[in-house]
Amino acid sequence: MTRPLRTAAGGHVDRSQVLHFEFDGRRLTGFAGDTLASALLANGVHLVGRSFKYHRPRGILAAGTDEPNALVTVRRDAARYTPNLRATQVELYHGLCAESQNRWPSLNFDFGAINDWFAPLLPAGFYYKTFMWPRSAWSRLYEPRIRAAAGLGRAPEHPDPDRYANRFAHCDVLVVGAGPAGLAAARAACEAGARVILCDEQPRPGGSLLTQSSAWLDETLQFLGAHPEVTLLPRTSAFGYFPHNLVGLNERLTEHLAQPQADQARERQWQVRAKEVVLATGALERPLVFPGNDRPGCMLAGAARTYLNRYGVLPGSRAVLVTACDEGYRAALDLHAAGVAIALIADVRDAAGGDLPAAARRSGIPVETRMTVLGTRGRLRVNAVRLQRLNEHGQPEGAARSLECDLLMMSGGYTPSVHLFSQSRGKLEWSDAVQSFLPAQAAERVRSAGACRGVFSLEAVVADGKQAGAAAAEASRSSETQPAPVLSAPEPTQRGYLGALPHPGGIPHKAFVDWQNDVTSADLVLATREGFRSIEHVKRYTTTGMATDQGKTSNLNALGIVARELERPIPAVGLTTFRPPYSPVTFGSFAGLARGALFDPIRTTPIHDWAARWGAVFEDVGLWKRARHFPRAGESMDAAVARECRGVREHCGLFDASTLGKIEVVGPDAATFMERMYVNNWSSLAVGRARYGLLLRDDGFIFDDGVVARTAVDRFHVTTTTTGAPRVLALMEDYLQTEWRELRVWLTSTTEQWAVIALQGPKARLVLEGLVAGVDLSPTALPHMGVTHGRICDVPMMLCRVSFTGELGFEINVPADYGAVVWEAVHHAGQEHGLTVYGTETMHVLRAEKGYIIIGQDTDGTVTPEDGGLGWMIGKKKADFVGKRSLERPAFRTPDRKQLVGLLTLDPAVVLEEGAQLQEEGAAAGRRPIGHVTSAYHSATLGRSIALALVAGGRSRVGQKLNVPMPGGPVPVTVSSPVFYDPTGARLNG
Amino acid sequence: MLLIPCPYCGERPELEFVYGGQAHVARPAADAQVTEQQWADYLYQRDNTRGVHAERWRHSHGCGRFFNTLRDTTTDRIVRSYRIGERP
Repeated sequence: MTRPLRTAAGGHVDRSQVLHFEFDGRRLTGFAGDTLASALLANGVHLVGRSFKYHRPRGILAAGTDEPNALVTVRRDAARYTPNLRATQVELYHGLCAESQNRWPSLNFDFGAINDWFAPLLPAGFYYKTFMWPRSAWSRLYEPRIRAAAGLGRAPEHPDPDRYANRFAHCDVLVVGAGPAGLAAARAACEAGARVILCDEQPRPGGSLLTQSSAWLDETLQFLGAHPEVTLLPRTSAFGYFPHNLVGLNERLTEHLAQPQADQARERQWQVRAKEVVLATGALERPLVFPGNDRPGCMLAGAARTYLNRYGVLPGSRAVLVTACDEGYRAALDLHAAGVAIALIADVRDAAGGDLPAAARRSGIPVETRMTVLGTRGRLRVNAVRLQRLNEHGQPEGAARSLECDLLMMSGGYTPSVHLFSQSRGKLEWSDAVQSFLPAQAAERVRSAGACRGVFSLEAVVADGKQAGAAAAEASRSSETQPAPVLSAPEPTQRGYLGALPHPGGIPHKAFVDWQNDVTSADLVLATREGFRSIEHVKRYTTTGMATDQGKTSNLNALGIVARELERPIPAVGLTTFRPPYSPVTFGSFAGLARGALFDPIRTTPIHDWAARWGAVFEDVGLWKRARHFPRAGESMDAAVARECRGVREHCGLFDASTLGKIEVVGPDAATFMERMYVNNWSSLAVGRARYGLLLRDDGFIFDDGVVARTAVDRFHVTTTTTGAPRVLALMEDYLQTEWRELRVWLTSTTEQWAVIALQGPKARLVLEGLVAGVDLSPTALPHMGVTHGRICDVPMMLCRVSFTGELGFEINVPADYGAVVWEAVHHAGQEHGLTVYGTETMHVLRAEKGYIIIGQDTDGTVTPEDGGLGWMIGKKKADFVGKRSLERPAFRTPDRKQLVGLLTLDPAVVLEEGAQLQEEGAAAGRRPIGHVTSAYHSATLGRSIALALVAGGRSRVGQKLNVPMPGGPVPVTVSSPVFYDPTGARLNG
Repeated sequence: MLLIPCPYCGERPELEFVYGGQAHVARPAADAQVTEQQWADYLYQRDNTRGVHAERWRHSHGCGRFFNTLRDTTTDRIVRSYRIGERP
């Protein structure tokens, strides 16, 4: 069926397949093969959005990924709601439901358009200069309003239900872009025997060949399709070029389907490592900058031609073409042949003598040179354009005239797409012949072919692609990693136009440069007048090129305007940095499988399931799950912790310490190695004994701590903090492999090989007695810090008599596979002795009562042993250990260094907030704090609150009163010793 | 993502490695008399080379070994890797 705005035949749409879709609630139809944009145009819908800042009515400017205006939201269901999609890339399917954005209540009548009236108050950077008074109004009134008015689409509110796949691939040659250059390259590489991946962001390969019929295209596709070594990826954008030829591709799998399968992945991200890359990314047409160039119905000439030839759509009935290059004439010729009236071709140049202008004149289309555009008219659709002649100096002169039209096509020339080349850190060079930046020195194994390196005629493009593909295939066979050589300069071409068209008098208004961010030529001029010189500053100040289209249609024109204002040549002003992604990529595609339960690995101990059954509340410690407390029915955390604490000190408690790091240090030089790593004396540690070790960094700060057991002359069992384990092992390996390579010692992580069950409390020995075999638990046989081996429940065991609670304590180490069963046995045996299972919160309280530090809680990487009250641990007469030299720093001996102390609140019921600052009594408001609270708890043992803190000169302030400033008022505290309970340590003996 | 040639395992992707800082930074001997400034330089001062830079990597998700690499910081081109104790 022929529609008034659709040709009867031609193009790549299937007129026999009618698709129904909805746009802003309107029911419309299109054909299979349409994009949303082409279908809307075929229905005469040009108004598709309202601009970002001024809410100006906007139409469709382009036909591809460079579209800045036609941003729509596509809704499949409540959870599948995607804003900011370019209508030019949304493939039409039956039942598609799309809506425009940034307008209320409707596209036709949008309240936001009032911004357009206030435009003089809202130039680029207005928020730096206005809305300043009164000061309080900014955060309460102005900022929330401006923020609500800004933005384009609405964010989805439901979690993304779709699945996203991920694939790694290797190939000999990756070709980006399946236009004529890319297809020729892929074919040549394939014929040379290379494995090829060819990707294109469009649903059909062909690129610029899709706007004409091409037997070569069909034949080449057939050839490539028949070769198993060629992987053709349509609907796949190469979004980023990463070091060493890793290219990120995003393949859209189901966006175009009316009914995607439930188990189908929506998108697939490819990480392709290619030996050689050929970039055939083409060139993007530039619009022209003149007042009113943004009305619906103003579009790129090449886009108008694409809509006609590829989709069979007539974008207007009476058109005017404004052009600065010969290529623009093609659109006028093709539309003319399809029956569209071409009122005028206004050529900006002095002369138009090429073949295409000649053909236009022969067809009877009026052609005039030396023209500029003064403005356009029309509210929701362009209806007229105002033009003026330029004199021989290029200045507007003479009478202006108006021409009626409902389609205004613009062509300012073509900009080679060098985004990916630039991301690969290749160097660009300005070419006067092409009036653009072209790829020059490559940094990776990459070649550019075709329009993206300034080659435009079809014959030359195909030859260029063929040459690049063959060269890439050849280079991929070599292991030489040299970057590709620079090719000869491309052919000279008709220059396009860069910058704003000449305009009589002052600065023209509403001459848009960046459509999506509403940046006009006046904004760029303003920026240079306000002193911005660097293009990077101008970009950020005006926001030109910073929208989701990343300046595809605006960057070069902006550069032209700025260069003119600064009176410097364009290459001297330079380009802003190209960054991935080339076009927007769904977050889900990057997340892939790493979401929900698979976001991070979870580490659990052998006792985890038992703890879960017993109602443990878990906390995250690094990647580990640790039981924090075991509440009984209806118990709050505080009540549970108080009960657990009392249970440990009065009877005994059971604690899972399996997450702590364990490192086996073995070898003839094991003791020497330990001497050099930790601050302590290790040579004096007898076999069968353990010692609390302190590890510093070479800058002298405490890095980690843990009990170290010497199980043989040449073997140490080193424990670390839970989260410190990988860091400690890495530090040890660093010194061992790079500093002390002569030492014969080997390090093995055994964290997951041992389950560690801590049994703490006066009854601990009683509980253990019945379970162990081959071990004498008496105090003389196994003194505090003794280590022995034996069996428990007939399972091999290493038993250490150590305590982190200050009570009589044992740590039972069994192979991890036996951890659960031994735990249950100990728990069962403990019942008649009043054993209480306890978690990390209780562990924290009990150790704080004894003044034992926790790395990373009471230390923060700036605490030395002396600061922490641990100077006594440092071995005397040690020749060297990590951190030794730094401890001699004068800065570490100043009296006002923060030192670990205890704090007792005046009101024993008040528990301080960890991190709260400390002030001297009577300190004026705003004085620098003298310390901070590192740990604070309610102590059931003492019946009051306790806290640890780091305070300047703390040890000399014991007994002094300080204040903790809090929002409700200062909390008075007294400085005390950090050991609150059993200072002599008598309870360690049970 | 860099392809880093581990001298023991061959070329592997960057995510198998942990960066180890500038290479050939000699730790002053225990008995050497270094001034405060010299010790501070050892701890904190590092070169910021524009060009070929000698650095260490550790193949933490692989063989676990440290090694040295010469990498051009302007292009990320890796010249070569060599073992600890060898000179570039």
